Amino acid sequence: MNQAQVEFVLRIADDSLILGHRLSEWCGHGPILEEDIAMTNIALDLIGQATSLLNHAAALQGEGKTGDDLAFLRFDRDYRNLLLVEQPNGDFGMTMMRQFLFDAYRTILFERLQASSDEMIAAIAEKSLKETKYHLKHSSEWVIRLGDGTEESHARIQESLNTLWRYTNELFYTDAVDEEMHRSGILPDLSDLREQWEDTVNRVFQEATLSIPTNNWKQEGGRKGMHSEHLGYILAEMQYMQRAYPNMEW
Amino acid sequence: MVTTTEIWRWLEEVSDPEIPVLTVVDLGVIRSVETDGKNAHIVITPTYSGCPAMKMIEDQIIEKLKEKGVVNCTVALTLAPAWTTDWISQEGRNKLREYGIAPPENEPDKTVLFAKPTVVPCPKCGSSNTRMISLFGSTACKAHYQCNDCLEPYDYFKCLK
Ligand SMILES: [Zn+2]
Repeated sequence: MNQAQVEFVLRIADDSLILGHRLSEWCGHGPILEEDIAMTNIALDLIGQATSLLNHAAALQGEGKTGDDLAFLRFDRDYRNLLLVEQPNGDFGMTMMRQFLFDAYRTILFERLQASSDEMIAAIAEKSLKETKYHLKHSSEWVIRLGDGTEESHARIQESLNTLWRYTNELFYTDAVDEEMHRSGILPDLSDLREQWEDTVNRVFQEATLSIPTNNWKQEGGRKGMHSEHLGYILAEMQYMQRAYPNMEW
Repeated sequence: MVTTTEIWRWLEEVSDPEIPVLTVVDLGVIRSVETDGKNAHIVITPTYSGCPAMKMIEDQIIEKLKEKGVVNCTVALTLAPAWTTDWISQEGRNKLREYGIAPPENEPDKTVLFAKPTVVPCPKCGSSNTRMISLFGSTACKAHYQCNDCLEPYDYFKCLK
């Protein structure tokens, strides 16, 4: 088993899983029917990606576990998702801002991973990229609409940006895991990731008349399993059935 | 002796659970069919990562082949190459339109951001004076449109490539 490779796949998988779960909390609570449907469709794509990725991680581990075991039976410190994706939904604008910051990053990541030397990762990336492009189109349009909307929508989504900006530095987090993945060709070159991401973000924020916060205090830790207090609540809800009724299926 | 040609024909009797007017062959999710004359092995690919219909499609294929006398049929799932709406057959596109779902348009879709919504003709009256209501419709593969002329609300099978 290649420990770094498992770790790497878990990072991408957990981003999909936790954000997919967060978005699905909107089911039945969307501000309008169309957006209720949109958010749950995006959640479905993300959970689908997480399923493929977690199955792959389980196969790489070779311990006889399934993707479901990894989704439902790990402890909070074993999750590798970004702090950004576990942040609470807030209002609709907050959810769209979180989604946009993430989608802008994810599109670039999947574009590059299509050339991964791990054929399964390459296949999942190719498939997921097509979906992620639609997510990005959707979230960026809402950021523009709310930012360049009414006085209230502008103020509220600017506030969301101010709150979430501190978690964006973690999108570019790298450590020994990434270095090893680069060496083995599993992770193609990403040195311009930040530059590309900033390009998208700046274009959309300009259109949306939003300004990037000048406060540069940043928070990270998710990639190492150090999470905000919010993850525990997500897991409590997500894992309840498997913990209460081990091995149950339906 | 069972032949692959026969199996392909039988698969045309298996409909997509979400859009029953299409068969799984029309949809382009059948990637390969193999047989040694007795057993069958079929490879399918999902339309979207989270497509909840895949398990049901798999079960229906096994069920259909059993009905035709192929007792031993295995179905495998592949992700690559990724499914694209280009694989929906011409016949499938016609069936969609008749059913009231606008088939995928050839979208250039390379500059995702700031692109105008695609013009999707109304499947009811054919008018191009239509508008997008939402990029996401009743299933992951559809968007929601409305005709400005006849006022018909309709699904658009959105382009994925
Ligand atoms: Zn019409």
